[in-house]
Amino acid sequence: MEHIHLTPEVDTREHLVVIGNGMAGCRAVEELLARDPARFRVTIFGAEPRVNYNRIMLSPVLAGEKSFDDIVINGTEWYAANGIALIAGDPVAAIDRAAKTVTTRSGLTESYDRLLIATGSDPFIIPVPGKDLPGVIAFRDMDDVDTMLAAADAGGDAVVIGGGLLGLEAAHGLSLRGMKVTVIHLMPTLMERQLDEAAGWLLKQALEARGQTILTGADTAEIVGDGKVEGVKLKDGTLIPASLVVMAVGIRPSTQLAREAGLAVGRGIQVDDHMVTSDPAVLAVGECVEHDGQVYGLVAPLWDMCRSLADGLVEKPSGYRGSVTSTKLKVSGIDVFSAGDFSGGDGCEDIVLRDASRGVYKRVIVRDNRIVGAVLYGDTADGSWYFDLLKKQDDVSDLRDLLIFGQAFASGGGAADPKAAVAALSDDAEICGCNGVTKGQVVSCIAKGAHSLDAVRGTCKASASCGSCTGLVENLLALTLGDDVQSGPKTMCKCTSFGHDDVRREIVAQAMRSIPEVMQKLHWTTPDGCSSCRPALNYYLLCVLPGEYVDDQQSRFVNERMHANIQKDGTYSVVPRMWGGLTSPRELRAIADVVEKYDAPMIKVTGGQRLDIFGIKKEDLPAVWADLNAAGMVSGHAYGKSLRTVKTCVGSEWCRFGTQDSTGLGVKVERMSWGSWMPHKFKIAVSGCPRNCAEATIKDFGIVCVDSGYELHVGGNGGIHVRVTDLICKVATEQEAMDYCAAFIQLYREEARYLERTAPWIERVGVDYVKARIVDDESGREALRARFLFSQSFSQDDPWAQRAEGAEAEHHAPMARFIPQGRAFLEEIGA
Amino acid sequence: MTTAEWLDIGWVDQIPVRGSRTVQVEGGDDIAVFRTAEGKVFALLDRCPHKHGRLSQGIVHGGAVACPLHNWRISLSTGEALGDDKGCTPTVPVKIDGGRVLICRAGTLKAAA
Repeated sequence: MEHIHLTPEVDTREHLVVIGNGMAGCRAVEELLARDPARFRVTIFGAEPRVNYNRIMLSPVLAGEKSFDDIVINGTEWYAANGIALIAGDPVAAIDRAAKTVTTRSGLTESYDRLLIATGSDPFIIPVPGKDLPGVIAFRDMDDVDTMLAAADAGGDAVVIGGGLLGLEAAHGLSLRGMKVTVIHLMPTLMERQLDEAAGWLLKQALEARGQTILTGADTAEIVGDGKVEGVKLKDGTLIPASLVVMAVGIRPSTQLAREAGLAVGRGIQVDDHMVTSDPAVLAVGECVEHDGQVYGLVAPLWDMCRSLADGLVEKPSGYRGSVTSTKLKVSGIDVFSAGDFSGGDGCEDIVLRDASRGVYKRVIVRDNRIVGAVLYGDTADGSWYFDLLKKQDDVSDLRDLLIFGQAFASGGGAADPKAAVAALSDDAEICGCNGVTKGQVVSCIAKGAHSLDAVRGTCKASASCGSCTGLVENLLALTLGDDVQSGPKTMCKCTSFGHDDVRREIVAQAMRSIPEVMQKLHWTTPDGCSSCRPALNYYLLCVLPGEYVDDQQSRFVNERMHANIQKDGTYSVVPRMWGGLTSPRELRAIADVVEKYDAPMIKVTGGQRLDIFGIKKEDLPAVWADLNAAGMVSGHAYGKSLRTVKTCVGSEWCRFGTQDSTGLGVKVERMSWGSWMPHKFKIAVSGCPRNCAEATIKDFGIVCVDSGYELHVGGNGGIHVRVTDLICKVATEQEAMDYCAAFIQLYREEARYLERTAPWIERVGVDYVKARIVDDESGREALRARFLFSQSFSQDDPWAQRAEGAEAEHHAPMARFIPQGRAFLEEIGA
Repeated sequence: MTTAEWLDIGWVDQIPVRGSRTVQVEGGDDIAVFRTAEGKVFALLDRCPHKHGRLSQGIVHGGAVACPLHNWRISLSTGEALGDDKGCTPTVPVKIDGGRVLICRAGTLKAAA
């Protein structure tokens, strides 16, 4: 139980007691505090032993995308900061209106001046035999989610009764958690209250393709089981096995307390336009109320009600006029949207767009030139625009022909400009459905100083929950501020809020030594990272701790783990190193023998002057390497974020134009730099004269020999964006050329971001910076060179030789071999 | 122990944590057997639904593996592509018994066929 008690000194303010610590109750208090923080002393009673959380985000928790902490709206500090007493886990059991008190289940009695009932709704449990068996649950609160997670851990079959929004979210979550899920739905199509038949059918197809079993038109007869749930029997006699049954057939306003207290109750607790019940001292808000004959089960009307309620309480009554609702949601990763009336009927015209290849279905229903309803499946970007037109009852006859293509198209001109679409929205158009924030509120929050996405999320909460409106908020920032938007640092990946440079700086500053340590100290949001951050962290640690850090093979991309290049058919290609592009009869014979011995279907000369042997099977790689090693060849690292090749021309030894021994220098440079891991691949070339036959001016480091010495070039690239190198200096001797090369490589290794080639790195930091570090700063250059050579002293072991001798055999051999027919059933390989 | 229902393919420890091993099936595709950081073991057909990349060669993180060819993320428990990608690779039931990894014989045959 989580109670927050405050010791009131003598507090003479009116006492507002709130029954319900959920979304409506707490939002009402927030609205009230925003208007007059000192007016009431506030006590909140909650049935669940928790702080206020976002109930509509339970689905992502079930699906494993968020944790409970992520969906807390107001933590304990909020209650404390606003002087609110919270009594959680002890539900109110009775209201005495004559005495103006409430009493909890445990017997605690509290008196009130004003009472606010925000009890929400109860799940509807269909009255079939077996409904009370252990293992039959609803999907309403965090306890239900915990029950589902425990069931999913045990595995097996689950049945979800109800193919509405809640049921499908439960089914999706359980399915992601590994359960085999069957959805039983009474009606002929899914989500019939929000989707028309066509969209419901598309949804059913998509969910079935994801492995769920969907039974529509299926009526539950009973839940069977001896002491616990074992299955669900349908009226047609079908029996579906299940160890978990989730009832998600609907909700009903929770009105028992109010009814017992003698308040006027219809379908819900009846309230006026200021959310006051039949007793002037008692108010009610949220899913438990009935206003003007309507009850609501969606979140958007709650926000409207809470505003009217708070206006009334501070005696500036505005009055609630009912809500027009829309539904925009993701079911199993599929976007759907609906609003208004889509049942059709007299005088209604349908405008329909279907795009089967994109899986898009859009239908807008128009009556008397006004939109009365809309159903969108697969592409819901224009949902808020249609909803806005619907609420305003705008005449759409001018837009009609283009209406279905969406706002950008129909409004003309700005077909490709999402900013124009957002600019065209009215101030009261809703931007964030989760938190009920309008465009006007976002803009005013930006105007008051929230100049970044984070700041907007922190103040008005727009896009702070599910994040699906992040794009809209970013466009509003851009529209309101122009170029003044503060973009947050670009993060390494979704696992962290830190950028590459921050992470590297902290690794050094805090002397971190392993990937788990980095993730722990820098608050990674995932347990073990992802395929983007793990290879980067592995490299950063390797770079900063040469000789100490133990390389994490499971954080290497396949090619670096297998020391060969994976091809699209799952075989590998093998490139032995040929120093400076030179080879010999012995090496060529060994390569030819390997090609024949292992039936390699192709051999090719690469752009970097090497031979690439294609089509080698994973199991054969160690034997291939052993044969190549035997002829004196080592790994060519054609697979790595590492030194690839040093390309040379023939130079002064043979060429009539050659000025220096470019081949000999190329071999020396390659002997120095091979085996080093880098942020990305790294290519070097040495040309013997300015004719530049080795193409040194599109390499990461290029040496062009001239009569008087060696011109050094950096940052070239021959890829998608061709970039010619920058000349940084000319040196007189081979040794200087090699020293500068080592220093440049180390600067790149230490300062470029993982997967950043030298070209974009130099574009980012500027060639002058590189010159200052490599050319002007002699002692700095020497230190860089020394660090590179130290690091190289640990990295020039041929990885092929180690594997050929049997190291890490598990990467190559299968674990077992299964022969379905024949004598041996199963051969265990060992290793 | 290999039975009519289960194939005993070896010790759990033979599969690297956050890594994978394969089981070759004669006349069919390999089965990839994964072990997550939490120590859970999963088996999938070793074939990405996208361009048939070898999932066993991908990076395992959380309950998913990133395909080595185009970085599709595949759920280890359901075989479904995660995020915006669409597709599903067959899963094979697995259980651990006394430190031995057992994969479902029928599931293996069905997936590898």
